[in-house]
Amino acid sequence: MTGVHVSTSINGDPVEYVCPADESLLDVLRDRVGLTGVKEGCGTGDCGACSITLDGALVCACLVLGAEAEGRKVTTIEGMGDGEKLHPLQRQFIDNAALQCGVCTPGFLIAAKSLLDENPDPTVEEIRYALAGNLCRCTGYDKIVRAVQAAAKDLRRQKK
Amino acid sequence: MKHDQKYTGQEFKVVGARVERPDGVDKVTGRARYGADANAPGQLVGLVLRSSHAHARIVKIDTSKAEKVAGVKAVLTSADLPDLTNGDAGNYATLVNCMARDRVLYDGHAVAAVAATDKSSAKKALKLIKVTYEKLPHVTDVDEALKKGAPLVQPTNKQDGKPSNKSGHFEFGHGDIEAGLLEADIVLERSYKTEQTHQGYIEPHACLATVGPDGSGELWVTTQGHFSFRIMCAALLGMDVAKLKVTSSEIGGGFGGKTHVWIEPVALALARKSNRPVKMVMSREEVFKASGPTCATSMDVKIGAKKDGTITAAFIECRYSDGPFPGIWGMLGGMTAWACYDLKNCKAVGVDVLVNRPKVAAYRAPSAPMMAFGVESTIDQLAKELDIDPVEFRLRNVAKEGTRSSYGPIYGPIGIEPTLEAVRDHPHMRAKLRKNQGRGMASGFWFNIGGQTCSDLNVGVDGTVNLTVGTVDVGGARASLSLIAAEELGISYDQVKTNIGDTSSLGHNDTTEGSRGTFSSGMATIFAAREAIEVMKSRAAQMWGIPEDAVEWKDGEARAVGAEHGNLPALSLKEIAAEAGATGGPIAGHHEVTADGSGVSFASHICDVEVDPETGKTTVLRYTVVQDAGKAIHPDYVEGQFQGAAAQGIGWALNEEYVYGEDGCLQNAGFLDYRVPVCSDLPFIDTKILEIPNPNHPYGIRGVGECSIVPPLAAIGNAVSNAVGVRLNHVPMSPPRILKALDDAGA
Ligand code: FES
Ligand code: FES
Repeated sequence: MTGVHVSTSINGDPVEYVCPADESLLDVLRDRVGLTGVKEGCGTGDCGACSITLDGALVCACLVLGAEAEGRKVTTIEGMGDGEKLHPLQRQFIDNAALQCGVCTPGFLIAAKSLLDENPDPTVEEIRYALAGNLCRCTGYDKIVRAVQAAAKDLRRQKK
Repeated sequence: MKHDQKYTGQEFKVVGARVERPDGVDKVTGRARYGADANAPGQLVGLVLRSSHAHARIVKIDTSKAEKVAGVKAVLTSADLPDLTNGDAGNYATLVNCMARDRVLYDGHAVAAVAATDKSSAKKALKLIKVTYEKLPHVTDVDEALKKGAPLVQPTNKQDGKPSNKSGHFEFGHGDIEAGLLEADIVLERSYKTEQTHQGYIEPHACLATVGPDGSGELWVTTQGHFSFRIMCAALLGMDVAKLKVTSSEIGGGFGGKTHVWIEPVALALARKSNRPVKMVMSREEVFKASGPTCATSMDVKIGAKKDGTITAAFIECRYSDGPFPGIWGMLGGMTAWACYDLKNCKAVGVDVLVNRPKVAAYRAPSAPMMAFGVESTIDQLAKELDIDPVEFRLRNVAKEGTRSSYGPIYGPIGIEPTLEAVRDHPHMRAKLRKNQGRGMASGFWFNIGGQTCSDLNVGVDGTVNLTVGTVDVGGARASLSLIAAEELGISYDQVKTNIGDTSSLGHNDTTEGSRGTFSSGMATIFAAREAIEVMKSRAAQMWGIPEDAVEWKDGEARAVGAEHGNLPALSLKEIAAEAGATGGPIAGHHEVTADGSGVSFASHICDVEVDPETGKTTVLRYTVVQDAGKAIHPDYVEGQFQGAAAQGIGWALNEEYVYGEDGCLQNAGFLDYRVPVCSDLPFIDTKILEIPNPNHPYGIRGVGECSIVPPLAAIGNAVSNAVGVRLNHVPMSPPRILKALDDAGA
């Protein structure tokens, strides 16, 4: 199969790659660009481990083709912190012990950020529904929800 | 050096603090490297061809076309894996499971594998492998498999001299059941079923294998036990243990499923055949179909009691579906069944049964949740019949220190009674319930294990400390072990960094299973630290020029004692470390041990549910876990274990199950149809940590990781039954089953 040439932006950097037309953006990010922070739990859109944003919208990278990233803006977990500084969500996930094995964590962080970008003061129920597309098998979600609540508070305080 | 492992009741300075875990930043930034995150120059992609028959004879495998595909470097069948197991039945079962030989034994069983330069070539080659099958009759249900005339899964398996699917029979207990039943005022007999569930770790099995022409190899792999993986792979492939280096990646969940090899020997064999590194990653469908789930079960329970609530006889038989190879699941279940109670007459029978389903692996407190469902559901009904509060009823029969357990040992100090008392006194028990809501509680037990462990503790030139352990960190253990090292040495947590060593850097360490990680590595760490302290005391003595016995260690520093030297200023660990080169070289402590004396755990859970009588859907409204941790080294991660175990139990109780069709094939091998609890399915899970020290650990540690998956099936079953007024005896209590139970009861 001849490859497709793609020019895109990933975490603010210009990136070019060539990929087969049927290759998922998840495989491109992991295997061609080297961003292995994006995880594969299912490859079928059911676990959220591969969550990224595409032009700001939350998507499962396993359901997007690499070719579709042409001219778009991709953000992954690797682009979440500001240099040395962790994003408040990252900080609160650590402080609230919201991860055990951590393999679901990048997906949760991206999904939670996308929630808080839209809704800075979500209720517990809103948090639970917004994160319902992300599976975590270790934590029972308790500490994840608490971490998101705490980070939302931090972000609101930052804005003031 | 012999060390005293008795609990001393010492005051802790660092242990028990909620410190930041050392792998936290890596895991929130995407830097942490899991099984699928490693690559090697020139690596190939390995893929497996799997059977879509439940049971069939392999007549012929033709790989000639696949071998010709451009980019294909190796095609593998069982012919490339000669049997080197020397009559070891367990190893042989693993070999056959990794690659089918004469027959495929379940839907998803591996029949061939390919390594190619990219995924699409490998996929293309898989399609071109031609397998000729002769279909054989199959059986997937545990009860069907025991019926006369059932298809035989392993024709060589015999029970009482006759071919049978029954592969194991284990009995535990004491007293005389018949006599006990005669003493009873009331006898209840009930039967239950539980369906097969999967551990459901989010990270699929993945590895990167290299084997050089000199026969030495390396394996990077997501595993709960890299040392055990090394032994297993070396045995199956005829390699020297010392020449295979296995490195455990970060592990994205295991819960028992990563205690066993599946694709790893295949990856090494492909690497050997192609002379190239081979990376293999299972798809989610493969994880469900071909990596070990837990057993489905069917069981019968009989309990007799007096009017005053004394249980006079307790009997259970539970049949476990092991997949196509004999396991010890019936034995484990049998040992746990009555462990919460002090019973004059009790018996538990665990039966292992072969079926055409995947080879079962451990799943968190393996085998215990099923029997607990039968036991705790029946006890609940008995309490109701006798009009005694269910907690009170359990307390009247509860096991205590000195009780002879149903599986043999006499208990030391144990936590079942305190967990029940905590449940009784918990405000959750008095919260109001509304229409269609019900409350249930149940208890559970798990042994915990010790096993082989060793740790290395190295003091750096600047006074910071590296601790190297060989037990994989599945849920925050590095933080706990750093806390323990800091506590012993008398330094701050920040000064210790714990790493997981690969198989070439330490002696053998058993797998992280049976809640043993923090118990056993904690013990080895304490003694390694004490050894390092002895070294530092002698170095301090040298630095001062005084006898060693005039030095003691306190709060992270050497102090000279006695009238003669007592006025010398103390030497800190840092100061001693700085002089190490001049006083005898590097400072280290090491300890190896077969840790025994692990303390048993008990948990009691409370849950409230609401059942929609129209749809049969159950919502968990409130959930409380009470468990004895022995000592909570890092309370956050202890709570996390309680919550995670309860959530898995809730999924098992309400939704999760393997669904097999008439054709013996798995119908729901994906997260869409095998539904694990999501965030919006669950409430906050309250936890209460009890600390009843294990007398056989210097810090009182018991394991904490497993026990809380034991009570939820029955706790929810009891709650649902209280909500709808009809007893549910089949797990999962999915909406169709609840509606049917309501229908059958004419409600
Ligand atoms: S890997 Fe994309 S949703 Fe699971
Ligand atoms: S922390 Fe392991 S899956 Fe979420």
